[in-house]
Amino acid sequence: MKSAFEHIQSAHCENGVTTSLLKHNGVDFITEPLAFGIGSGLFYIHVPFLKINNGPAIAFRTMPGAIFSRTCKSLGIKIQKIKFKDELAAQHFLDDKLAQNIPVGCQVGVFHLTYFPKEYRFHFNAHNLIVFGRLNDNFLISDPVMESTTELSVYDLNRARFAKGPLAPKGHIYFPENVKDVCIEIVKKAIVKGIKRNVRDMLSIPGNIAGVKGIRYTSKKIRSWRTKLGPKVAGLYLGQIVRMQEEIGTGGGGFRFIYAAFLQQSAQILEDQRLLEISNDFSKSGDLWRLAATKMAGIFKGRNTTQEAYDEIADIYLKIYELEKNAFIKLKKLKLT
Amino acid sequence: MKKSEVPQDDSALNNVSREMCYAQNESGEYETALSKGWNVKKEALDLAWEDVNVRIESAKKEVLENRKSPIYYYMESKLMDFVILSGYTGIWKWKIKRHLKPSVFNSLPNKVLSKYAKAFEITIDELKQVI
Repeated sequence: MKSAFEHIQSAHCENGVTTSLLKHNGVDFITEPLAFGIGSGLFYIHVPFLKINNGPAIAFRTMPGAIFSRTCKSLGIKIQKIKFKDELAAQHFLDDKLAQNIPVGCQVGVFHLTYFPKEYRFHFNAHNLIVFGRLNDNFLISDPVMESTTELSVYDLNRARFAKGPLAPKGHIYFPENVKDVCIEIVKKAIVKGIKRNVRDMLSIPGNIAGVKGIRYTSKKIRSWRTKLGPKVAGLYLGQIVRMQEEIGTGGGGFRFIYAAFLQQSAQILEDQRLLEISNDFSKSGDLWRLAATKMAGIFKGRNTTQEAYDEIADIYLKIYELEKNAFIKLKKLKLT
Repeated sequence: MKKSEVPQDDSALNNVSREMCYAQNESGEYETALSKGWNVKKEALDLAWEDVNVRIESAKKEVLENRKSPIYYYMESKLMDFVILSGYTGIWKWKIKRHLKPSVFNSLPNKVLSKYAKAFEITIDELKQVI
């Protein structure tokens, strides 16, 4: 059994699942940047005291699942989202949907995805892929970060859907339902809503760890790491930041380039040239994130491990903080309707 | 990032897939581009693995010196921590910590051992030794 599902490669997994499932259901205009922007995907948070893989807990995007839900909701599309306690029930549900020729999104743990090289298989549970068919004992998989489709055995997919640890997927399965035509007016409204929510998330969350203020918080931390943790652990921390920022699925520069692309596409759809200038701000920001990553590699590979090198990175972070703060203030002042 | 600047360095994804990223063409418009890899990322990933391998080696040493039970070695070699292992086994964290004592481990019934073996995807016999 094979449905006429078309694999679309994307930078990021959840954007990709959202884009592919919507396209499959006839929402032709959707692109990865639009899905990301309408879902207000851009974010920054540095959670203090929490350690992930023995390093700092930093995220460059909004919480898992939010992009799909928000984007569909804003476009007036109903969705089904189900989690399971029982593995067998989860598999039966999946088989049922596939029998009806409905491709579905699944949240999975990367550790069990046998088609990835071993080097990438950490216990990270917020990956997303599409299951679009079954061939005997193998499920047909469209993993948006891969160039082409792939397969997983029944055992491996079940294992991945019931991976354990932080953000355990619990068999989480999701897909759009009864998709109707989405008219251009709804798209425009959805874009405006996505931008406004992103302005709020980046500028107005109280405290100093989330939104643009989180970038300033990390800057302060980086300055202190060399003395506080010693060069070895500090280096590992920086390595972790680089991986969070650039590893499979951010489109480069911690999602900033995808957001810049979203603003470009929005400028065209909303016929509002002012968005182009702000898009440039995010291009610059993405470049600065990548510059900081390059400097970090210099430190953890031992090319330059002085305090000045740490300070230089902390200063780049402050620049990014100012740049993104002003960009979001500009977006706020546009008073889009 | 300009399209011409999209890095094409070596990476562990070689021969498996290229990664999609967003970059600007000559007129400044964003397009997608495929990247084979980026040295900065590769160095970060290598670093993470160096750290993992150090942990595995030191766990192995402690087990061979009979200071920790083999659970510790398998936990590290499967890149797990107590939270993750607790999730897979359904055994409380504090109990797992107790099971790391060789004396306690040696008296564990097969029922408990099989939970660990299943979590590590190995047999009970394999669990009892470290090679």
